[in-house]
Amino acid sequence: MVSQKRKTGLLLIGLLLAIFVTLLISLNTGTMTIGPIDVWKTIIGQGSDQNELVLFDFRLPRMVIALLIGAGMAISGAILQGVTHNELADPGILGINSGAGFAVVLFIYLTQGSTSSQVFILPLAALAGAVLAAILIYLISWKNGVSPIRLILVGIGINAAFSALIIVFQLKMDPNNFTQATIWLSGNIAGTDWTYTLTLLPWILILLPITFYKSGTLDTLHLGDETAQGLGTHVERERLFLLFVAVALAGASVAVGGAIAFLGLVIPHLARKLVGSRHKHMLVISALLGALLLLAADTIGRNILAPSEIPVGLIVSLIGGSYFVYLLMKS
Amino acid sequence: MSFSRNNKRNSRPLVASFVIIGGFIILLLSLVVSIIYGAAEIDLPTTWDALTQFDPNETAHQIIRNLRLPRGLAAALIGAALAVSGAIMQGMTRNALASPSIMGITAGASFMIAVAMAITPQVSSLAMMIWAFAGAGLGAGIVFGVGSISKSGLTPVKLALAGTAVTSMLSALSSGIAIHFNIAKDMSFWYAGGVASVQWIHVQLLAPIVIIGLLIALLLSKSITVLNLGEDVAKGLGQQTVLLKIIATIVVLLLTGAAVAVAGTIGFIGLVIPHITRFLVGVNYRWIIPAAAVLGALLLVLADTASRMVNPPFETPVGTMTALVGVPFFLYLARREGRGL
Repeated sequence: MVSQKRKTGLLLIGLLLAIFVTLLISLNTGTMTIGPIDVWKTIIGQGSDQNELVLFDFRLPRMVIALLIGAGMAISGAILQGVTHNELADPGILGINSGAGFAVVLFIYLTQGSTSSQVFILPLAALAGAVLAAILIYLISWKNGVSPIRLILVGIGINAAFSALIIVFQLKMDPNNFTQATIWLSGNIAGTDWTYTLTLLPWILILLPITFYKSGTLDTLHLGDETAQGLGTHVERERLFLLFVAVALAGASVAVGGAIAFLGLVIPHLARKLVGSRHKHMLVISALLGALLLLAADTIGRNILAPSEIPVGLIVSLIGGSYFVYLLMKS
Repeated sequence: MSFSRNNKRNSRPLVASFVIIGGFIILLLSLVVSIIYGAAEIDLPTTWDALTQFDPNETAHQIIRNLRLPRGLAAALIGAALAVSGAIMQGMTRNALASPSIMGITAGASFMIAVAMAITPQVSSLAMMIWAFAGAGLGAGIVFGVGSISKSGLTPVKLALAGTAVTSMLSALSSGIAIHFNIAKDMSFWYAGGVASVQWIHVQLLAPIVIIGLLIALLLSKSITVLNLGEDVAKGLGQQTVLLKIIATIVVLLLTGAAVAVAGTIGFIGLVIPHITRFLVGVNYRWIIPAAAVLGALLLVLADTASRMVNPPFETPVGTMTALVGVPFFLYLARREGRGL
């Protein structure tokens, strides 16, 4: 597997470079274009006050959060696909996103969008919804253990139930709240500041290394329950733990970024295509790819129809979807 | 009635006949309930008069004839159409999750509706139907096109993957249009679906499509049973699998296209009714297709009636009702034995 290792290494460097370049482009562009020289001046502390404000208080936190959410969602999808043995699994299909979405819609409906502090409470509501969905899925699919197929089927059912409830409450809203909810449900990271970034950072910093550490377990689980058991893995315990990690990652990401669809589905596919299905390589590449895609998508969403913004989730769906379709046609 | 692997291939003609005949009688009864029940209380004799001795000057007669009757009939037709489409798709692709919404048909229809609403603020219901119909074809066309361009052909997994991808893209485009043109709420009302505003023109358009679609589905049912054993087996038995798939796909498009065009996206029937039907009658599609038609019609008529009862005088979206009825049963099946699904 030496060549695989080298390939992964090269890709790693390539992706980091690509992320760096995208970061530079993203810093330069926006409603207010700031030239590269001014950006540099600002970074080393000699820029104008206005440039400093735009870069440090608006653009930079937003970019960092795009990177974090991208990595978090992609890894969450990779874990879920590994644990359920199903390459269609992702936080969206299993109902974790719609659980979060339901909590947010319910919250906006109950407060009539009036609370000024709701920017801080919305993420909490979303997280609670994601966890609630995950607990429901796990409890309902528990029957002398949790089989992967039961898990995904129950997830689909839960997803349908939450989506139905979302519609009920959404239709009762007045147009303003309705639009607010729709934008949130489409996935949106506009209006983030350092508070959000710092809230999300610990989740990613703790959970990502744990996932990398567990890559061997994911490989073993992928062999099937019986084989994994034979190899001495506590299948049920490991699965529960990994599911918990996946939900925590998805929940935290959804809480801050809204229901960004497709990232968790398409990135692990792309990573597997590039470096094979061993989780040790695949997870690292997934994280970087996810971060890159979301950053690029947000940069595009900010600029393509400026000054009006397109929710980043929509751009992700379009880019991710086209790539996915291309993959399917080629394979 | 165990749901183990051994009798999975069996069919139960006796149960099936009972489901079809009994289901049909219950369907007729629930149609009557659905016609009688509503915001305006109308008693049974008046209803009977409205049907037999129609008097255009009586408001009650007008309500029965022009609002409740087409609504009930449309619900039955749409329920049957969606359930049968789902059954055909699941049988054909051997994919337990195949359903009109997975295969990009619903997303295609909603996308075209978004386009229509964005360019012409006042779309007539007939024009809307044509847009939705074109969209259903567009969605399915892209999904099947992607599937067939790929080198290894239309495998079930590939079809489902392509469907998921195309659905995501089309929904993203619709949401983008909805947000940009500020028509998100109108879109969602249409999305949430329902047969509340159905007129006779809709029933007249639906009825022939659904009846012809169901008849062709019945003719294909034996071949679908064979195809469900696996493509190789079907080919070994001398079946024209490609031709069968093409015809079956056209039937699915006709049925779901018409249903989505009239009632928006009623998601759960096409997915869950085929499972319930197989659970009851076994895996012979000659029984599954008529039984699914009856059960699908029954579910949607009941759901539509319930949607008026939950929170009168407001109507709860009927798609929500079907989901809330369907989800618990779906979860029950998923728990019972995952393999059966």
